[in-house]
Amino acid sequence: MKQFETVIGLEVHVELATKTKIFCSCSTEFGGEPNSHTCPVCTGMPGSLPVLNKQVVEYAVAVGLATNCKITQNCKFDRKNYFYPDNPQNYQISQLYLPICRDGGIEIETEDGTKKTIGIHEIHMEEDAGKLVHDEWGENSLVDFNRSGVPLIEIVSEPDMRSADEVIAYLEKLRLIIQYLGASDCKLQEGSMRADVNLSVREAGSTEFGTRTEMKNLNSFKAIRRAIEGETERQIDLIESGQKVIQETRRWDDAKEYSYAMRSKEDAQDYRYFPEPDLVPIVISDEWLAEIKSCQPELRTEKLERYKKEFNIPDYDAKIITSNKKLADIFEETTAICNNPKKAANWLMGETMRLLKEHEMDVEDISFAPANLAKLIQLTEDRAINSSVAKEVFEKIFEENIDPEKYVEENGLKTVADDGALRSTIEKIVAENPQSVEDYKSGKKKAIGFLVGQTMKATQGKADPGMVNQILTELLK
Amino acid sequence: MSLMSLTAVELGKKIRAKEVSVAEATQAALDAIAAKESSINSFVTVDAKGALERAAKIQAGIDDGSLTSPLAGVPVAIKDNMCTKGMLTTCSSKILGNFIPTYTSEAVVNLEKAGAVILGKTNMDEFAMGSTTETSAYGPTKNPWNTEHVPGGSSGGSCAAVAAEECPYALGSDTGGSIRQPSSFCGVTGIKPTYGTVSRYGLIAYGSSLDQIGPVAKDVTDCATVLETIASHDKKDSTSVKRDSYDFTSALKDDVKGMKIGIPRDYFGDGLDAEVRDAVMAAAKELEKKGAIVEEFDLSLVEYAIPAYYVIACAEASSNLARFDGVKYGYRTEEFNGLHNMYKKSRSEGFGTEVKRRIMLGSFVLSSGYYDAYYLKALRTKALIKQAFDKAFEKYDVILGPAAPTTAPRIGDSLSDPIKMYLGDIYTISVNLAGLPGISLPCGTDSKGLPIGLQLIGNCFEEKKIIRAAYAFEQTRDYVHSPMAD
Repeated sequence: MKQFETVIGLEVHVELATKTKIFCSCSTEFGGEPNSHTCPVCTGMPGSLPVLNKQVVEYAVAVGLATNCKITQNCKFDRKNYFYPDNPQNYQISQLYLPICRDGGIEIETEDGTKKTIGIHEIHMEEDAGKLVHDEWGENSLVDFNRSGVPLIEIVSEPDMRSADEVIAYLEKLRLIIQYLGASDCKLQEGSMRADVNLSVREAGSTEFGTRTEMKNLNSFKAIRRAIEGETERQIDLIESGQKVIQETRRWDDAKEYSYAMRSKEDAQDYRYFPEPDLVPIVISDEWLAEIKSCQPELRTEKLERYKKEFNIPDYDAKIITSNKKLADIFEETTAICNNPKKAANWLMGETMRLLKEHEMDVEDISFAPANLAKLIQLTEDRAINSSVAKEVFEKIFEENIDPEKYVEENGLKTVADDGALRSTIEKIVAENPQSVEDYKSGKKKAIGFLVGQTMKATQGKADPGMVNQILTELLK
Repeated sequence: MSLMSLTAVELGKKIRAKEVSVAEATQAALDAIAAKESSINSFVTVDAKGALERAAKIQAGIDDGSLTSPLAGVPVAIKDNMCTKGMLTTCSSKILGNFIPTYTSEAVVNLEKAGAVILGKTNMDEFAMGSTTETSAYGPTKNPWNTEHVPGGSSGGSCAAVAAEECPYALGSDTGGSIRQPSSFCGVTGIKPTYGTVSRYGLIAYGSSLDQIGPVAKDVTDCATVLETIASHDKKDSTSVKRDSYDFTSALKDDVKGMKIGIPRDYFGDGLDAEVRDAVMAAAKELEKKGAIVEEFDLSLVEYAIPAYYVIACAEASSNLARFDGVKYGYRTEEFNGLHNMYKKSRSEGFGTEVKRRIMLGSFVLSSGYYDAYYLKALRTKALIKQAFDKAFEKYDVILGPAAPTTAPRIGDSLSDPIKMYLGDIYTISVNLAGLPGISLPCGTDSKGLPIGLQLIGNCFEEKKIIRAAYAFEQTRDYVHSPMAD
């Protein structure tokens, strides 16, 4: 049987986190009443003119620098002409001839530890389109232009990926870089990051590319993985049954796990690109470029190394903590206050992750103050609360951002550390449970667990388990 | 004598001196329009009620001393491709037959700030595509000198309105000669400023890289005064240039001593009407008599300007006019079957023949496989033409020539032969391609009694030189009112 190799390139659209749109001063906020964030410019009214938002250029350059691209210091915009109602001017202002970044690449690491560089062909800036709302009861479609003019960058990779694993690794790395830069929140579900997959297959060992298809409508990493696997299989089946792959755009239906042909190359549109005459060329001076460079934040790789050195935490911990910018920020702030990096890392990797999963939340949704986590760590270090109480308090911090010192005080959760009071409670329990005492003394050492449990119950969980054990062992001698 | 026979500056003086009220001036314009429109058709929209309301407000501003501009209280007409808030703006097209903008173009805002009274919107070639004002969906405008003839175009409505004395001055726009050529045909004065001098915000684009708004009036003084008012650096227009100075009126001096004037031999070849040639050469003689140094020279590349212009302007237009699709505003066909059929029918029914011709031409030159051969080549030609002018301006202060090869043709003669019509733009087009300022002013009439225009071209940002030369020439002859003026 023939062996096949999958060849994949990605076109990734990322909505930039600017406050205002790319060519007007309307808000980019997600949601809002339809057409409430619009003006003559972003609705394509006659006579309106675009004015470039400088922040878009700065974000695009920042992403380009972080992905090792060459920056086009004299670049310009072009018009891409096509008719569609979500596109108010019936042309999109984009970049074809002189994209802002070119010839870059990022290193990815797949789960089995293999490292590989994925080339970036170009990054260009463009405007997003509006949204069509189909009236399910009537015959009409309505257009909401709130998203029209939201700035995008399109990151076009080289066809360097060979598997779904590599694609996911590339996307995760890209997302991390962009999040670290603060250039976008990169949420696939909300569409602030969208990936189109260009895929072809060829016989293993071949150097020629096969005919590729482009797949759209991939809204999650899972959908991307399924779509790649599905499309690979579809193309191999075609070839093995002696048919040809047709160059076309396909739409992935994740519910049905199948892709449908949208349009073939034959009816591909001629976009009639030409330089946008309403905008002057963008000149990125050496000074401006240096300024953007100097503002680049620390990226993941640097942060990872620093954490290992500065905080002396294991590679495993550092990787998890830096896997998300927000998580890393919380970690650093917490550590700065409590000066206990290992404990801070443990809370974030353990309980925080567990609660996120339980509440079906993303790291981005974390809302507690690092100062409260720091206080909690201090309370446990001071042995003021025991670990089970600490977990309970952390849940409160996670859910309601409470001040743990106050909360522990108000709810009387402080560890019962008074030797005398605890001793008398335990004496009482020993007296009330002669059977367990006998069992213990006759060699069933496990019986002590029951007595510890009874003690914790009697103290409403506030007793320090270590101390309970110590006193019990003493009394049962 | 009607108040409308005064220049804008003269009328403004009388208004500020309280000899004439703003309402009287406005009413005089409205009366003239009412009397002459049936024979001229220079307006698409006349807003009589609104104009009188604005007149009252402006009078109050003049009376309380807050409005002091030379144009305060003077009525004006605006070409119908400039957006005016709350006032129909059609571009003389059926497709925008119901379009009422929610914003006013920057040039008009600048006029309003100076206290101008907007009378209404003037007729034009549909979307400024044409040289005769015959392609308007609202009927052709007639030349006030002879109503059998066209007024020129595309700002034919603005120029005819000034020549017929329906208003003292008007705004036009010039993409390939659309202010200068109709000014020439109608015996009035018009300036196309350096690209980037007047904001294009609110001007419904034809060829974005070539379009400029400019004044049309009876004389050079009015034009310089209006230009001074409408020119501004506008952050809403990225192609707007921040100029060192927005003073133009200080150039109104009868002094051309030592000024170097070049006459391109290329402008006096085949196709130029002998009467036009003689009148323009006579004008050059007058300037020479006043001490200017006049020389002939070879500009070169003149014959490439027309094809380069039609490629670039139509390419941009094909994209600029894509937004008129029946979805958001404007004309939508009554019956259609699905989205694409609605697009097709709305646009086929909404646009006129000349507009469709240019959209198709523009779409063709941008198509894959043709882009390099046509569009890119046209851009290179444009750059070469700019270089040829740069070279000429190393030697000359001003370039002098005709504004058009002939006087106004008869109505109906031009549209039957579009190529011939396009060739008529030969003297004006390269000025737009090079982004230069140009002025057209009357320098005589032909044997049919139709006006002849003299064109003066300056280097970028050197409007003052052409204004000075034009003003000096203007002093050698009296303004001749058109027969429709009385």
